[in-house]
Amino acid sequence: MARWNSTRGVGRRSATLLGVAVTASFVLAACGGSSSGGGDVSATAGSSDTAAAGDKIAVSLITKDSTNPFFVAMQAGAKAAGEKQGVDITIASGKAEGDDQGQIDAIENAISTKQKGILITPMSTGVNDAIEKARAAGLFVIALDTPPDPADTVDITFATDNRKAGQLIGQYAAAALDGKKAVIALLDIFDDKVVSVDYNRDQGFLEGMGIPVGDGKVNGDEPKTGKYTGGKGGDYEIVGNEATGANEEGGQKGMENLLAKNPNINVVYTINEPTAAGADAAMSAKGKKPADYILVSVDGGKSGVEDVKAGVIDATSQQYPLKMAELGVQAIVDIVKNNKKPEVTPGLDFFDTGVTLIANTPIAGVDSKDPQYGLDNAWG
Amino acid sequence: MTDATATTAGYDAAEEFLDRQSPIQRLQGILHAYPWLSPAVVLVIALIIFSSITSLFAQPGNLGTITQQTAVTATLALGQTLIILTAGIDLSCGAVMVFSSMVMAKLAFDQGVAGLPALFLGILVGGIAGLINGLLVTRVNLPPFIVTLGTLGIFTSLTLLYATGRTVRNRELADELKWLGKPVLLPGGFTITYGVLVMIALYLVFAYVLRYTAWGTHVYAVGDDPDAARLAGIQVNRVLLSVYATAGVIFGIAGWVLIGRVNAASPNSGIDANLDSITAVVIGGTSLFGGRGRVFGTLIGALIVGVVDNGLSVAGLDEAYKRLAIGTLIIVAVTADQWIRRARA
Repeated sequence: MARWNSTRGVGRRSATLLGVAVTASFVLAACGGSSSGGGDVSATAGSSDTAAAGDKIAVSLITKDSTNPFFVAMQAGAKAAGEKQGVDITIASGKAEGDDQGQIDAIENAISTKQKGILITPMSTGVNDAIEKARAAGLFVIALDTPPDPADTVDITFATDNRKAGQLIGQYAAAALDGKKAVIALLDIFDDKVVSVDYNRDQGFLEGMGIPVGDGKVNGDEPKTGKYTGGKGGDYEIVGNEATGANEEGGQKGMENLLAKNPNINVVYTINEPTAAGADAAMSAKGKKPADYILVSVDGGKSGVEDVKAGVIDATSQQYPLKMAELGVQAIVDIVKNNKKPEVTPGLDFFDTGVTLIANTPIAGVDSKDPQYGLDNAWG
Repeated sequence: MTDATATTAGYDAAEEFLDRQSPIQRLQGILHAYPWLSPAVVLVIALIIFSSITSLFAQPGNLGTITQQTAVTATLALGQTLIILTAGIDLSCGAVMVFSSMVMAKLAFDQGVAGLPALFLGILVGGIAGLINGLLVTRVNLPPFIVTLGTLGIFTSLTLLYATGRTVRNRELADELKWLGKPVLLPGGFTITYGVLVMIALYLVFAYVLRYTAWGTHVYAVGDDPDAARLAGIQVNRVLLSVYATAGVIFGIAGWVLIGRVNAASPNSGIDANLDSITAVVIGGTSLFGGRGRVFGTLIGALIVGVVDNGLSVAGLDEAYKRLAIGTLIIVAVTADQWIRRARA
């Protein structure tokens, strides 16, 4: 019989044991902080149990996950800013990229505990409804890192201009090719979900190379062959787009699959630096040296910039998650205490927290900073 | 005591009855005796389909890549097979694997433990995790599904707390931990890794152990009918405990294979690894009701998933079809299992 269906013989002794275990886990959870977010709750700064009733401002930070160093840095930044400003920060997140439900739960928790505001890196348009519900309940909602679609779903976004981040590495790749034919691999996050970070970096990269992108919000609809106009210009061929989940494992697998389609790939775009590390592993397994191809990425995390310094990644667009979190906390304090609303960057529908191209080998005509600058300003 | 021997013996003794069976019944009997046969046919069909869609697929380089892409899931699925043979299930296997890999990587990188002891301790952590699952199943008498659903959460949390969201990168890893990522060139242009060899070696060891040792016979007996096994003098709980602990050690080794594969130890790895391993076992013809199945069926099951995944991608088809194809295979495999089981009645 199916043993895992049977519940026979849970004796009194085991019931007691179970009771002890359950109690212990609650005690443990309580020690970990009185967090009230949904999904994958990891920690709470300060004591949020007094926040709802007291005069202290309580704010939730809801990231996509709690393991990506980018979001870990953002959480640390928000907690530090919260302590300085006297704001209680509740940390919550989805379980992983794609876990909309985890974020929705956390938003609902922020509403029901009567918090003043939410800082969120929206997973997808799937969480828009929940955000609107929060705003209708009087919460001030700020998007960090990822502008929602449409942008006015939230009060304001503090983010990297991901389009520009993509364009910078595209320009660098085109210039580095020096007129050679480009055989391009595109390592995205998803192929079954549309996320603004995903298409802005990918399509921005192609724009930077001077390749016509078709619908700028759709990955993979551009012509597969033609001419790029960036740098000295030349022929290009796109081998394919692969979904990687933005991690090492996915980057490696995606790169392997594209190399099976065309072993002559010499330009690799990656959604972030862990993906780039995976792509590098697949390339070196095929006996390719970093000098044989151009690998570009976005993020500017410490290990990513070290990869730039080591020559594994040729160029990366560095972004600033700590700044996003600090500005976000500050903005909520301003709106609650002084009724002062933040303004978007002129010409954009969000506040641009800046992006810098980091490259080991500077190329004439493309502005970049050296890896040391990158390390001095790196997060995580 | 195992299915195969029992059925073969039955055939010999009842030769004249065999002649009266319809061809369908005979097929049923053959599939019952050789549970890996139907997945093997599916694998061959998948290989033929993808080879005919694109010539890129059957290149030796790509086939080698598929084995590398399959190594981690296949190793996990071996441990999962042992547990499912006892009519159990392990939802925590992927979490145990990632926990083990983080322990090895961080001991060596942060705590300055030498590579080999760190590796050993990481695998030991996997074994302890398995032992905890086994104790909860045998001593507290909880259903394995619930036990491992709980420990899935616990081990995942421990990993996140221990790793503090940080990946141990390639150049930070001890050399011993990266051994399994080293390539092995085979004649004909196939490239595999030491990780693939370790995975295959584990399969050979456990194929032997399950077939030719008393412990192996006991595992099948406990899965087939725990009450009968008890009456036959088998200490059912001790066998179950040893199965969970052994599977934990295999999950720990899978953590090592994972580091070799990814060239990094990341707490983000292996999100769906538990379901992937169960998929491989089920498609490989092992019965979720216990007592019937072969480890090589699981290996074939893992390869089927790897081939479909890679084949769709190399052929430039939408990856969404992968889930459709694998989902259909699961339903077909379990339906076939129900049907084949009736051959004994």
